[in-house]
Amino acid sequence: MSEKTVLLQDTTAGSTTGTHDFFGIFKAALRESNLADTVRLVRVADMGIYNQGVVMTILPEDITYANVEPNDIKRIIGVTLKHGNPVKDLLYQPKFRQMRLVLKNCGRLDPSSIDEYIAADGYRALLKVVEQQTPEQVIADLTASGLRGRGGGGYSTGLKWKFTREAAGDEKYMICNADEGDPGAYMDRSVLEGNPHSVIEGMLLAGYAIGATQGFFYIRAEYPLAIERVQKAIDQARERGLLGSNVLGSDFSMEIEIRLGAGAFVCGEETALIASIEGKRGTPVPRPPYPSVKGLWGMPTCINNVETLANVAPIILHGAEWFSGIGTKTSKGTKVFAVTGKVRNSGLVEVPMGTTLRDIVFEIGGGIASGKAFKAVQTGGPSGGVIPEKYLDTPVDYDNLQKLGSIMGSGGMIVMDEDDCMVDIAKFYITFCVEESCGKCAPCRIGGYQIMHILNGITEGRGTLEDLDRLILISRAMKMGSLCGLGQTAANPIISTLTYFEDEYREHIVNHRCPAGKCKALLKFSIIRHLCKRCGLCERACPEKAISGDREHGYSIDADKCTHCGVCFDVCKFSAVERV
Amino acid sequence: MIQATINRKPVTVPEGTTILEAARQVQVKIPTLCYHPDLPPTASCGICIVRLEGTKRMLRACCTPIEEGMKIITHDPEIVEVRRTVLELILSNHPNDCLKCGRNQSCELQNLAADFGIREELFTKFIGGNPKDDSTNAFVIEPDKCIHCGRCIEICQEIQGVWALSFLGRGFNSRFAPAAGQKLVDSPCVLCGQCASHCPTGAIFEKDDTLQVWQELQNPDTFCVVQIAPVVRVAIGEAFGMSAGTNVTGKLYTVLRRLGFNAVFDTSFAADVTIMEEASEFVERFVHKKGPLPLITSCCPSWVIYLEKQVPDMVEYFSSCKSPQQISGLLTKTYYAEKMNVDPSKIVVVSIMPCTSKKAELTRTEEMFASGYQDVDYSLTTRELARMIKQTGKDFANLPDSEPDHLLGDYTGAGVIFGTTGGVMEAALRSAYSFITKEKLGELEFEDIRGLDGVKELSIDVAGSKVNVAVAHGLGNVMSVMNRVREARDKGEPSPYDFIEVMACPGGCAGGGGQPYGVTDEIRAARAQGLYQDDREHEFRLSHENPCVQQLYKDFLGEPLSHKAHELLHTHYVKRTTG
Repeated sequence: MSEKTVLLQDTTAGSTTGTHDFFGIFKAALRESNLADTVRLVRVADMGIYNQGVVMTILPEDITYANVEPNDIKRIIGVTLKHGNPVKDLLYQPKFRQMRLVLKNCGRLDPSSIDEYIAADGYRALLKVVEQQTPEQVIADLTASGLRGRGGGGYSTGLKWKFTREAAGDEKYMICNADEGDPGAYMDRSVLEGNPHSVIEGMLLAGYAIGATQGFFYIRAEYPLAIERVQKAIDQARERGLLGSNVLGSDFSMEIEIRLGAGAFVCGEETALIASIEGKRGTPVPRPPYPSVKGLWGMPTCINNVETLANVAPIILHGAEWFSGIGTKTSKGTKVFAVTGKVRNSGLVEVPMGTTLRDIVFEIGGGIASGKAFKAVQTGGPSGGVIPEKYLDTPVDYDNLQKLGSIMGSGGMIVMDEDDCMVDIAKFYITFCVEESCGKCAPCRIGGYQIMHILNGITEGRGTLEDLDRLILISRAMKMGSLCGLGQTAANPIISTLTYFEDEYREHIVNHRCPAGKCKALLKFSIIRHLCKRCGLCERACPEKAISGDREHGYSIDADKCTHCGVCFDVCKFSAVERV
Repeated sequence: MIQATINRKPVTVPEGTTILEAARQVQVKIPTLCYHPDLPPTASCGICIVRLEGTKRMLRACCTPIEEGMKIITHDPEIVEVRRTVLELILSNHPNDCLKCGRNQSCELQNLAADFGIREELFTKFIGGNPKDDSTNAFVIEPDKCIHCGRCIEICQEIQGVWALSFLGRGFNSRFAPAAGQKLVDSPCVLCGQCASHCPTGAIFEKDDTLQVWQELQNPDTFCVVQIAPVVRVAIGEAFGMSAGTNVTGKLYTVLRRLGFNAVFDTSFAADVTIMEEASEFVERFVHKKGPLPLITSCCPSWVIYLEKQVPDMVEYFSSCKSPQQISGLLTKTYYAEKMNVDPSKIVVVSIMPCTSKKAELTRTEEMFASGYQDVDYSLTTRELARMIKQTGKDFANLPDSEPDHLLGDYTGAGVIFGTTGGVMEAALRSAYSFITKEKLGELEFEDIRGLDGVKELSIDVAGSKVNVAVAHGLGNVMSVMNRVREARDKGEPSPYDFIEVMACPGGCAGGGGQPYGVTDEIRAARAQGLYQDDREHEFRLSHENPCVQQLYKDFLGEPLSHKAHELLHTHYVKRTTG
């Protein structure tokens, strides 16, 4: 048995010491000190700490060191591994630290081992409720904790449970929504792959509270590893008597099965998800009746997102007060974000609610990778909006993001710099929504298509100022007239980019210019004669043969043949190709 | 009761009332497009949105039950703007061919565009370019005219249980189509036409045969004969502003003559003949044990298609008697032609039916040509006839009454109630009782098998034996009855029913797929009442008491089920699947 574990992140790009063999050096040092059998050295890919050289965490003391050099190894072995004391000057002192509740054990536990989960207090919350708490008490705890749905809606989890419990029905169902679909979002996937038991325990707790006898994981089929691990975890839990008949010897019985989503984004919407499980076409139906009253096969059904469920066991164990002590007035606990885009350190970030966007983007994310100017951050995926620089100090919670015209969503966060065109971003998201619209309701089906068409026109130089009015009209109609969340929010990227970056739209329309240089059809390329060294590289590289000339007379670009691909701009070593 | 306000006026309504229904109490008409009072709301169009006062929250009036204390605003500038934008979006995805569309002036989208004063096209037009489907004889599908309200699918899948239509594809490219994208004729479609009669636009429209009928009428060499189905008389008035159930039989005879028909017959007469054969068939099977029980009625052509495709193991129970439409046509080109000395090759028989499926029945089997010619040449729906009448400028409501041509025109009360669910059974029981007991029933009206319950049952005592009957309408209600018969058969027990009537459409022919638009249960019931009233006002209320029928058998057919009757009035069915 290992007495200690060292989690080692030694693959950080840009480290100064050439640490590719750090693992080997450490391993050798352990052998030398006769600790090879008692210290387990584990290489992990991502500990959520970036730009800090070699990072390691020593368990069970939970001591984290950063910027560790090979010659620090001896001290670490002597002081920490042998005596359990910290080496003070190596301690990782973040300017801003993540708070990992949901992701706590992701990467620390073997996801295929139920024993490791149990050793880390796993299933203790379940034991506690079946032995000591009534379902009503569990619901009261959850309600008091202030936990809100992490899938995007932000509805009180406790209330959702309460309504499902109180609804009349011969049978009740618990569904875990693992149909994560926002572009760039992978929070749920990481939890399911990294700590499946935490979600299963959450489902069992929810099932106990609402009175469900059957649970379903609705996992998108594009997540094969998550499916495999969840299935294994379900089997393990069943073997241990943690799910199935008479859980832990109590009267509570619940089965859990996996259902696969076939890739439709809209099936993350509750009523469409239910239709999909029932084997029908995955389209939303009007609410009310809400699923909590009439859901799967007409029975009261509670649907919670993966991250929401992963929060449940800790709340039961540590108490509602502990949880509600984290976060802001209206949004409690932490939130996992998938920070991507132009940010230096992209990855999963878990922070308390109320952390400012600036801290997430610049402190944890390390700022803009290219060193260029920050332009905006997009939150909430295709249902969200862009937030410009001036609102970066906004504390992130459900309500603040909504006030800024965006949403929390499931936690996607895409950082953009001055090379990103806001019209193009709006076009990207509406194209996504057009592809993912189920086609049931008119505002979403036709409205999205019309917006896409208008934005295509603007980015290709065919836009008119009246198009801006049309965009507003359609966006409003979609927001108010669509049947489900997908359609109601699909225009958010358009509304928010228009709100904060209307000038950029006008620049496209009036001057046929894309300030970010992104919209190819609007770009004009020319060769600056006095900078051109007449090397001819551009002429050879041009796929359209739009560049003509020779080394004697110089080169020029035929605007009629040019397809604005930008190859000449990229290949020129002398900045002699101008792009406007 | 729920108390709430709509546009600041108080309303008190029962729990479960939708905002749309509640608004009527304060004389507010919230515009709708996908909503149809006959169907559960699909909530797909977004036109009916209303606002919770003082909030940004919008609700769909069609499907949201009003709650205690709700304050609803149905019209404000923003709501109207959203509705208008949604409407303009729908129009951007709809062809502009109103002038040559069958639904011109009866199109719900067109009406809404008129109400909203749409004068220009705000958005670029994108039309799908999906091909027409005219693979059946009954109607034409034009997917590009579809506004995705989902009514046709709702009624085809949920009410009829046929599942011929569904949405295919996703998003902007989604379209309604026969399942798996096949042609309608290859789909499970039974041609009941409920989709067409519930479609708000011209996306599903009966195959229009009026032009051919006009040509026949104008051809000096033809002898045009028309027959009108029982329930047409109590429904066509709706197309001329009369209330549902108004009986316009006399006006119909007049107008048909004025349209140029040489003879005007009534399908209700042929219904009496059907009863002669079918009731005799029942007596054969029930009393003389010649043939299996239950006897199942077969006058509904959609039911025939359904049975052949979906429940082929029941084929042996089917009555072999032809439908009244076919019998009327057959008798026209044989009996009538002989009696009146008209060359049957010159006779063109047109039927006016509440039904789209009747168009396909005309050529169903070779037995539909028993006269030596196609027995019925054209079948028009009630809606098509209404259009023909309008084309000629006849002031239908003020036309004088007239009589039909008597040979094939006089009918009994039993013949006319064929047009509603339970009517065929009631008519058959009246005669079968007399055939068995040689007595006349004391009470002719069977309340138990009237009305709109999906499955109705009745047990009557006939000469000391119990006759158990079942009546089902709306194909979605049929399988429970069939399954009871199957279960008993599989166990070797006697059938729970001796006689079963099935009509494919909800309400029977009263709610037929070729009837005027806007049908609801209220309207179905009113049409049925119109027929029951007609029955009560008849001197003869039993088919076999019809003097013209008696004369027909005496002069031409001999006895019911005679060799000649079999040759001319009976047909057979085919198991089209092995299921």
